[in-house]
Amino acid sequence: MSDDHHYPGGMRRWLMSTNHKDIGTLYIILSIIAALIGGAMSWYIRLELAEPGIQYIDDFQFYNTLVTAHGFLMVFFVVMPAMIGGFGNWFVPLMIGAPDMAFPRLNNISFWLLAAALVLLIFAGFTGGGTGTGWTVYPPLSAADYHPGWAVDFGILSLHLAGASSILGAANFITTILNMRAPGMTIHRMPLFVWAILVTAFLLLLALPVLAGALTMLLTDRNFGTTFFIAEAGGDPLLWQHLFWFFGHPEVYIIIIPAFGIISEIVSTFSKKPIFGYLGMAYAMSAIGVVGFVVWAHHMFVTGLDVDARAYFTVATMVIAVPTGVKIFSWLATMWGGSIDFKVPMMYAFGFIWLFVLGGVTGITLANAGMDIPFHDTYFVVAHFHYVMAIAAIFAMFAGFFYWIGKMCGRQYNEGLAKLQFWIFFVGVNVLFFPQHFSGMAGMPRRIPDYPDAYVGWNYVSSIGALITMIGTFLFLYIAIRTVTSGEKAEANPWGEGATTLEWSVDSPAPFHTHETMPDMTGKAPAE
Amino acid sequence: MGDMLNRLYVFFTALISTVIVFGGEVMAEQYRSKPWQMGFQEPRSPQAEQGFAFHDMLLWIEGAIVVFVLVIMGYIIIRFNAKSNPVPSKTTHNTLLEVVWTVAPIIILVIIAVPSLKLLYFTDRTPNPEMTIKVVGNQWYWTYVYMDNDGMEFDSIIIPDDELEEGQPRLLSVDNPLVLPVETDIRFILATNDVIHNFAMPALYLKLDTTPGRVNETWTHINDEGDYYGMCSELCGVNHGFMPIHIKAVSKDAYQDWLVEAQEEFAAKDDGSVVDDIVKLAAMNQ
Repeated sequence: MSDDHHYPGGMRRWLMSTNHKDIGTLYIILSIIAALIGGAMSWYIRLELAEPGIQYIDDFQFYNTLVTAHGFLMVFFVVMPAMIGGFGNWFVPLMIGAPDMAFPRLNNISFWLLAAALVLLIFAGFTGGGTGTGWTVYPPLSAADYHPGWAVDFGILSLHLAGASSILGAANFITTILNMRAPGMTIHRMPLFVWAILVTAFLLLLALPVLAGALTMLLTDRNFGTTFFIAEAGGDPLLWQHLFWFFGHPEVYIIIIPAFGIISEIVSTFSKKPIFGYLGMAYAMSAIGVVGFVVWAHHMFVTGLDVDARAYFTVATMVIAVPTGVKIFSWLATMWGGSIDFKVPMMYAFGFIWLFVLGGVTGITLANAGMDIPFHDTYFVVAHFHYVMAIAAIFAMFAGFFYWIGKMCGRQYNEGLAKLQFWIFFVGVNVLFFPQHFSGMAGMPRRIPDYPDAYVGWNYVSSIGALITMIGTFLFLYIAIRTVTSGEKAEANPWGEGATTLEWSVDSPAPFHTHETMPDMTGKAPAE
Repeated sequence: MGDMLNRLYVFFTALISTVIVFGGEVMAEQYRSKPWQMGFQEPRSPQAEQGFAFHDMLLWIEGAIVVFVLVIMGYIIIRFNAKSNPVPSKTTHNTLLEVVWTVAPIIILVIIAVPSLKLLYFTDRTPNPEMTIKVVGNQWYWTYVYMDNDGMEFDSIIIPDDELEEGQPRLLSVDNPLVLPVETDIRFILATNDVIHNFAMPALYLKLDTTPGRVNETWTHINDEGDYYGMCSELCGVNHGFMPIHIKAVSKDAYQDWLVEAQEEFAAKDDGSVVDDIVKLAAMNQ
């Protein structure tokens, strides 16, 4: 048995893995664990907010810490690991016909840095006074004067590690996608999911170093007497906000662009049609990525930014609606004339489009600096970003999970149970987040543990939605465990003629080593 | 269009509030959210009138987009499922269609951008303020300084739940409200003594951060007498949810009377804080 065909087992397989499939699986498991912690936090928050007055969380610093940790967990430890580390690792090499990622050992360290970051984040949440700063960590609230404990330092270190993990992963993806495609698979013939991961990797590579720099400045402010963000000593708190959002806005596209990729694959597969306007789709993602770097200050419309700057950021932000529209309409046009199988991944794709359109139009509202005044920092914003980014991303993850689970574990999920889970989850998230538009318009601020009595009604409805969503989450867990342990055997291609990408050409589960001979893709799909 | 929306909204909330009786009576002159409210509070300043009218326009446009997409999705579900349409088409291009769905959004955005920028510049500052109030954020209360009245200042602190009197809304009432005259162009100068806070008043279309090292400026013009309620709108620490803003708007005459009383009560004081100096400097530079 030659070296490149070894099959390590046990600890060696999982701790020291250099196999893209195993590392992908590890990422997905980490994501599910983090989702349960982050979800538990949000359910606890909704439990407190179900009624006016203080019922469960009488330590408001702890409440703020929950809000903060929920955000960090969901962004850095749930969505990113699942979509990029999980599905990206699993399916980019499979889809481009490569035997593995370009740098398998880098891939390993990317994962374990993230696992370490998760541990640090838990420290940050539950020791040293907690991180009651919001995920935006604005100084001076996050400075040593107002958060003297080590919690914020742990949070900073956690993000540093998570950032390093993502940067290494991004370098790996870029190298793999640019250099290791099967013969004949030109850039303009790559599946859209690969395009999505490529664009995302560039965003990671350009945005995360800025966050790392800002975090380092905050760390030295807190511990070594620098004053980058301390106004009394000549620093500027607004500098943090600019740096943070220069990272933070691309970050939301880092979350949603892989979702675009997953949804594109699924829509095409289940409509049994090639994607409509493939090039438009690919370049719309690229355009969103580029424009996403020049709109950051729309998160800062009420910080006292100069009015001309606000006018610029209003217009620039609106521009993003154009490529986003191209994507929505191209998905609809792909389905148009199709012969659609409404399997669960496709139902989740429909759900995604609904959530994304709804969150997208409220995004147009919020893009207007003049209109942002009554909305800023209210529950309207909470509703907006949960629709367009958070829940939409979760829907894409569920869609991807059900789409690919047969390929990943060799067993197929139970269609009936999964349909039930979709409907519970779909109703749950809409009951949860739609009423928050109303609370927000009425003026309810974010990040408060108690609220004036007028907001009782919609908050109660919202909490019921959280309960339904919780049931949907546990049902998903049940389905996932059942699938992996006792699901029906999956065929190599369970989806039929519509599934044309390369991952369906290998067995289910995908063998430990695949594409040892690169397939010849000359003249083959996608549509161009 | 806006009118119709408003009427619909008033009808709907009236309907709901007659069905569901909720605790806490709503007094005639209190401008704050109501139970089951689904839209904005009633506009009470020119900025709010213009802003909410603009939002009505946005709502129609965005509503049309959402309905359009929903109708297409519904049609696809009915017409293009595997049963109704067993043989998929192979169409993957239509240049005209692709141009249309790129250009149409651009046109819509231009239609939105024009009134949007007008609104933005209108809400920014007033060229001729008739009076100036300095608002200072503290963990976790507000300090109001009457710049035109020898810097008369006082703190405005939340009233705890167990000390509320009849008619005072919970979490919104303070010991000393910010008293302001109606029908006056009022300039606000915003500063902070510690972390970032945010001075917000929904019915007056006000919301602006108080940032360390900076002096922010905005303005309002209150149309109606009454009690206005808002809350701090930037996470500022443990008691962020408990530093409300209460503006009591009175007639110009009543305001003058109040000033005389207040000046005795809060006898002008100058504690020489750094923030004071910065604000004075900034006001002189206007």
